[in-house]
Amino acid sequence: MAAIRRFLFYLPCLIFLLLVEPVHAAKISEISETHVGEQALRFFTFQDAALRYALIGSVLLGITCGLLGSFIVVRRMALMGDALSHAVLPGVALGFLWNMNKDPVAIFVGATLVGLLGSATVGLITNTTRLKEDSAIGMVLAAFFAVGICMVTMIQHLPKGNKSGVDKFLFGQAAAISEGDVRLMAIVTVLTILLIVVFYKEFLVTSFDAGFAKAAGFPTRLIHHGMMLLLAFAVVISLQAVGVVLVSAMLITPAAAAYLLTDRMNRMLWLSAFFGMAAGVLGSFLSFLSNNLPTGPFMVLACSTIFGLAFLFAPRHGVVARWLRQRSRSARIQRENTLKSLYHVLESRDFHGESVSTHELAEQRRETVEDARQQALQLQHHELVTLHDEGDAILFTPDGWQRACAMVRNHRLWELYLTNAAHFAADHVHEDAEKIEHVLGEEVVLQLEKRLQYANKDPHGRPIPSLHDVRQGARAESGPVELVGYGRED
Amino acid sequence: MKRGQQIEDRISTGRVPDILVKPGAKISMASENMSAGKSRTPAPSSILHPLSSSTPPPLEIHDLTVAYHKKPVLWGVDLVVPCGKLIGIVGPNGAGKSTLIKAIMGLLPASSGWVKVFGESYQKNVTRVGYVPQRESVDWDFPVNVMDVVLMGRYGHLGWIRRPGKRDREIAHECLEKVKMLPFANRQIANLSGGQQQRVFLARALAQESDLYLMDEPFSGVDAATETAIITLLHELKARGKTLLVVHHDLPTAKSYFDMLLLLNMRVVAFGPTEKVFTYELLQKTYGGRLTILSEVAHAVGEKG
Repeated sequence: MAAIRRFLFYLPCLIFLLLVEPVHAAKISEISETHVGEQALRFFTFQDAALRYALIGSVLLGITCGLLGSFIVVRRMALMGDALSHAVLPGVALGFLWNMNKDPVAIFVGATLVGLLGSATVGLITNTTRLKEDSAIGMVLAAFFAVGICMVTMIQHLPKGNKSGVDKFLFGQAAAISEGDVRLMAIVTVLTILLIVVFYKEFLVTSFDAGFAKAAGFPTRLIHHGMMLLLAFAVVISLQAVGVVLVSAMLITPAAAAYLLTDRMNRMLWLSAFFGMAAGVLGSFLSFLSNNLPTGPFMVLACSTIFGLAFLFAPRHGVVARWLRQRSRSARIQRENTLKSLYHVLESRDFHGESVSTHELAEQRRETVEDARQQALQLQHHELVTLHDEGDAILFTPDGWQRACAMVRNHRLWELYLTNAAHFAADHVHEDAEKIEHVLGEEVVLQLEKRLQYANKDPHGRPIPSLHDVRQGARAESGPVELVGYGRED
Repeated sequence: MKRGQQIEDRISTGRVPDILVKPGAKISMASENMSAGKSRTPAPSSILHPLSSSTPPPLEIHDLTVAYHKKPVLWGVDLVVPCGKLIGIVGPNGAGKSTLIKAIMGLLPASSGWVKVFGESYQKNVTRVGYVPQRESVDWDFPVNVMDVVLMGRYGHLGWIRRPGKRDREIAHECLEKVKMLPFANRQIANLSGGQQQRVFLARALAQESDLYLMDEPFSGVDAATETAIITLLHELKARGKTLLVVHHDLPTAKSYFDMLLLLNMRVVAFGPTEKVFTYELLQKTYGGRLTILSEVAHAVGEKG
């Protein structure tokens, strides 16, 4: 009950989180006063070339970032991606200064080189001082970024040159992607896919267990540096669309979402590439709808939404799945406790008569009659009891009887085990047994029974239900009894 | 001698355990008696190869020194490991047991000395060496299942680019069967107990189909049943002519588990058959007279008679 109430309390917050993006988009389109439908049509019919490039570029960068991001996440190098992406900004500026033009190749080369210089600086600081990697990354990231900002500002104040678009590297502008950019992105994407397909085995083993890989003869350092180079490429081709500030999110978030959804590396790569692609397209589409606002934030919001969905609804690691499992477990425990109470009522009158009244149940459980009735209805719903006389007489079904016996048996065997084998005092064992009785498996119960030499009285002197007792309640026609809840007879 | 000088320097700083004071001192009767045993003084190679040169020993180490940040953790290790033995590496914390194993495989750079595996450099005989790293050395949340990990044992044989084929899967299958982990083949590795994870690592090493095995604490954090299963498996491997070096923490069991013991404390204290090396004096030398350990050792030695 409490769990449900808590969930109802959080539900509005969760819904709000999910709605943030649409709400945001709606607001922006109002401001820009464009017809959303018209714009969407333009976007998806590839009417003008700039849009085509933006879309293809987003797909390509999504795939590259998704694939490499998977390895970054499992190698725990997420911060390194962040450092690299901020460190490339001076390189972008240098590439621009090379011939005072936004030449994709010059910018690519400059950014890659400076990015690698940044990661080398991190390595240098970590290896030669006692500072750890996180501090080194924090410093290098900020320092390189600061240099980059200064250089970009300087370029914008230069009197000559075609400097349009240099400022777009900060937050990204998919619309600024040129044909040359797309060509470069295609080359990097194909290279990344090719290398990951060909060297999947090597990437996998060095990521999982570098020591073992090296011992088995693989050049782990070379593979690591190769991966860092690819990572630098991925960051650099994404700059134009996502921007320096947020590109690391495109690396980490799709991969993190995929990591929550699967337990296999190959599936994670597929999923992550798909998420990256979806986020890329969605981001540039939303940015386009809202009159060409920066693309980066929209892509990152799209990624984060995908991650949010994975976080909530992943089949095994998701919050909702865990909550449902938890809820069904506590419902089962509740049912088993009620069954046990019914057994106790019958036991208290030496099993005279077979039906228990709701009143008796309420008294046994120290609850209101209404609560007891609700629980009896629950049991009936699960076919563990039947209700007669307008719900006032509760009768076990064979399954219910077996389950009740099993619980009482588990409880008393555990109490006996604690007092006999673990030397607990008899008045210390009840609370513990209340919890353990619901989780003891068949194997364990059999073992307990053997260890206790088939004792038939618990530490408080009450009888432990035997297999014979269970038999009496079992269906007459069912032949060899299939026991529920605890050990079968040998 | 340069190393002698280094040791002298360290002694003067007073940071070296007492046992390092006499680098040239006679170590033990046991190690002297062992034909393949170590010797501090440089010996002609003919003496180091008494087994005749026709079959090179699985592992030969000469004057191996390893340092972390210029601080030596292993000093001048000489070792010739005979074929087909189950050897325990025993010593206190920080004695350099894992360091030795890692340095043999080149995972840590040696500051001096050389290692030969079956008469060649390690790189040349990489596929003849199997490795079980410490269980804590990897991230068990990694998205792979048990089968994927065991297949990694085949990667060394496959070389670059080639993917594991049907034959490799069969081998991995058999190795999982041997460690009784076949029912868990499709399980993600985080959903295993410590003992099961250790057995997965062991299966991966088996899949390497090597002749020399280096194992770093395969018994740490495993349940009693797994420990028995592992030791049975190790004896089986030995019976098939494999040589095994196993880093081990627990002294009392070391006595019963291994044919030979390597007592290590930053240098080789003794190396020889267990019954000759497992003596009060040598163990005291290895553990540097620390009381808590001593009582344990005294107990273990007491049981011996």
